[in-house]
Amino acid sequence: MSDAHNTLKFDTGWQYAPAPESTDHVRIDKKYGLFINGKFTAPSQGKYFTTSNPATQERLSRIAIAGKSDVNRAVKAARKAYENVWSKMPARERAKYIFRIARGLQERAREFSVIETMDGGKPIRESRDVDIPLAAAHFFYYAGWADKLEYAFPGAGVKSLGVAGQIVPWNFPLLMAAWKIAPALACGNTVVLKPAETTSLTALKLAELIQDIGLPPGVVNIVTGAGATGAALVDHPDVNKIAFTGSTAVGRSIMHSIAGTEKKYTLELGGKAANIIFADAPVDQAVEGVVNAIFFNQGHVCCAGSRLLVQESVADELIHKLKERMHTLILGNPLDKNTDIGAINSRAQLDKINSYLKIGKNEGGNMFQAPCTLPSKGYWCPPTIFTDMAQSNRLVQEEIFGPVLAIQTFRTAAEAVTKANNTPYGLSGGVWTDKGSKIFKVTSALKAGVVWANTFNKFDPTSPFGGYKESGIGREGGAHGLSAYLAMEVNHGR
Amino acid sequence: MAQKRKRLPNLDRVNPVDETGVNERVARFCTRSIKNDSKHTALKLVLSMIDLTTLEGQDTPGKVKQLCQKAIHLHDNLPGLPTVAAVCVYPNMVGIAKQALMGYGINVASVATAFPSGMSSRDIKLEETRNAVADGADEIDMVISRGAFLAGEYAYVFDEIAAVKEACGKAHLKVILETGELVTLDRVKKASVLAIQAGADFIKTSTGKIQPAATMQVTLIMLQTIREHYYATGEKVGMKPAGGISTSKLAIHYLVMLRETLGDEWMTPDLFRFGASSLANDVLMQLQRQADGLYQSPDYFSKD
Repeated sequence: MSDAHNTLKFDTGWQYAPAPESTDHVRIDKKYGLFINGKFTAPSQGKYFTTSNPATQERLSRIAIAGKSDVNRAVKAARKAYENVWSKMPARERAKYIFRIARGLQERAREFSVIETMDGGKPIRESRDVDIPLAAAHFFYYAGWADKLEYAFPGAGVKSLGVAGQIVPWNFPLLMAAWKIAPALACGNTVVLKPAETTSLTALKLAELIQDIGLPPGVVNIVTGAGATGAALVDHPDVNKIAFTGSTAVGRSIMHSIAGTEKKYTLELGGKAANIIFADAPVDQAVEGVVNAIFFNQGHVCCAGSRLLVQESVADELIHKLKERMHTLILGNPLDKNTDIGAINSRAQLDKINSYLKIGKNEGGNMFQAPCTLPSKGYWCPPTIFTDMAQSNRLVQEEIFGPVLAIQTFRTAAEAVTKANNTPYGLSGGVWTDKGSKIFKVTSALKAGVVWANTFNKFDPTSPFGGYKESGIGREGGAHGLSAYLAMEVNHGR
Repeated sequence: MAQKRKRLPNLDRVNPVDETGVNERVARFCTRSIKNDSKHTALKLVLSMIDLTTLEGQDTPGKVKQLCQKAIHLHDNLPGLPTVAAVCVYPNMVGIAKQALMGYGINVASVATAFPSGMSSRDIKLEETRNAVADGADEIDMVISRGAFLAGEYAYVFDEIAAVKEACGKAHLKVILETGELVTLDRVKKASVLAIQAGADFIKTSTGKIQPAATMQVTLIMLQTIREHYYATGEKVGMKPAGGISTSKLAIHYLVMLRETLGDEWMTPDLFRFGASSLANDVLMQLQRQADGLYQSPDYFSKD
């Protein structure tokens, strides 16, 4: 069966008519200020940048650029709210506010989903079914912890830290904001959050929601801008904790700037995860797992399964099935409910991905792309796989952050584990086999923070997430995620 | 083409199935949003794929004749409708159905082989099959011996299917796995491989007499098995989910699954059927709504 190569036809018959999600109900202001001390305020230097829809290149809004003095105002507001209100409030009352944010997100889920898709380019199917519900789930989950912190760390004498500076990336804008804000607030800290430059809108909508639910002013502040704004936040002397999700290069510079200070930090950085498929795996489900691993959110996922290690005896069959499956992926208008693959987040990211496609071809990789028509406007990259890749190739070693999969084969489990671990990263991984004992053996040998068995890219607020090596430091999510926002009077080695 | 198969496969080497992954894939098919023209096309395609079925102890010649009329005249208020693919009856009603459908291009399908349990001797099953074909059945829907299959007597089941296939002569053979009694998806896959290798023209989920009948999960496994056979040999085996598909919405989910698993060439009554009794009227109701924008009372559609 392994050299079976008859192919199916997918583009000659019945097709799905456009089914776009309506945008009528969505309100996006022409201009957004900085959310400081419970109010939207103009940036001190009066500068704004444009945010646009990467699928159409149409301008959506203008967003304030926060300078040093603005960041200072935000941190001061957060400090004041911490000293006077939030740290003194009974934990049970804090929880009520966090629950309210969660319910607010659920009530306005459709609006948030549509804006997330317009601003970031991801398919509405994903923002509707993954990003927004999970963001709400994180607030619900951490709201529940707020008055039970002593039980999470018995006898440790937990205390809040103070002001947390948080910087989130563009791939899951609202969800990453939720990952950061929810545990910080539950643990009694106040927050200054900087969303990513290309995707600030849902964070600003969250600011509106926070106003609506009556969170005390200054508890959550949102400052927008590019790298300089983030650097001002990281360098601010009155910030007690930095939480960053983004590239390894920026993570490294953050570590430099906070070295020698007492700031606590968590860094969630890049990845180059391997999906390992053994010959005894459920192949059809594994194909689906590969699709979810690398084409989910156009591969703009730090824990994406961007490498595939497949045991040689099933490699032909699996790759054939994967190519056939790629024929059925629908690329196009991210607001269409049937779209599987949306737009690349920005011109810069598309250029980066395209440069890696060239590198892969020069390295002798065999490229296959899903045969889809790319829209004339916007930034697009068809789902792409490279077969015949080798461990020494840059396509195998470097994070691309796009819908590009590098495929290698292996013979023994030991070889697979060696190859899987042989990158500077260690964020996630996947193992596919029908044999339970093999799952335990191989997953324990992988040096990665999250390892999935017979599935991929599954997230839950109760589960910790974070990396080894250059993939970062610290854990977010679950009870582990609390410790990143708490000081322990008695250190039990946590 | 069935002659090329007829080799007992090694079912221990059939690739395993992960149920969680199957559920996820099915859920994803169900999120496809089918609207306007594509819905219209789908609804008509569904009608043309229906095996309009009556399999009751209380079936009468009159009831079968009326069902055949329904098969021909689905809803004459709506012009341009297709007919259903076949009328499916018990063997003793084959002659009546054959006569009623003469000249309309609608097949007569007969269940056989001691339907629905299959609890009889092979001779009787073969005799019943031959009789049904002699009476004019174009298609035979047989049941496998689930007892033997569950006991691991694969060769017995294989030989039985092959023998029935031979007894069918020119009639097409649909092999009912009765997935509700096989319970696990791994067994559904093995039974599908077995039936295809033994010569099935179609594989079919259920008799409709056992719950659960067709589900999208078992249908997906069977479609994937058909796909593997096609990849390996280029032969196209048909698929028939039966029982429990009574709404247009669900039927369209099945079509989405069919299209994304086996592609355009399977989107035909020659290779895909719905075994259903009440599905047709729900589809007609949707088509009527598309035509005049209103949902009509069920009493505007004939119940046969």
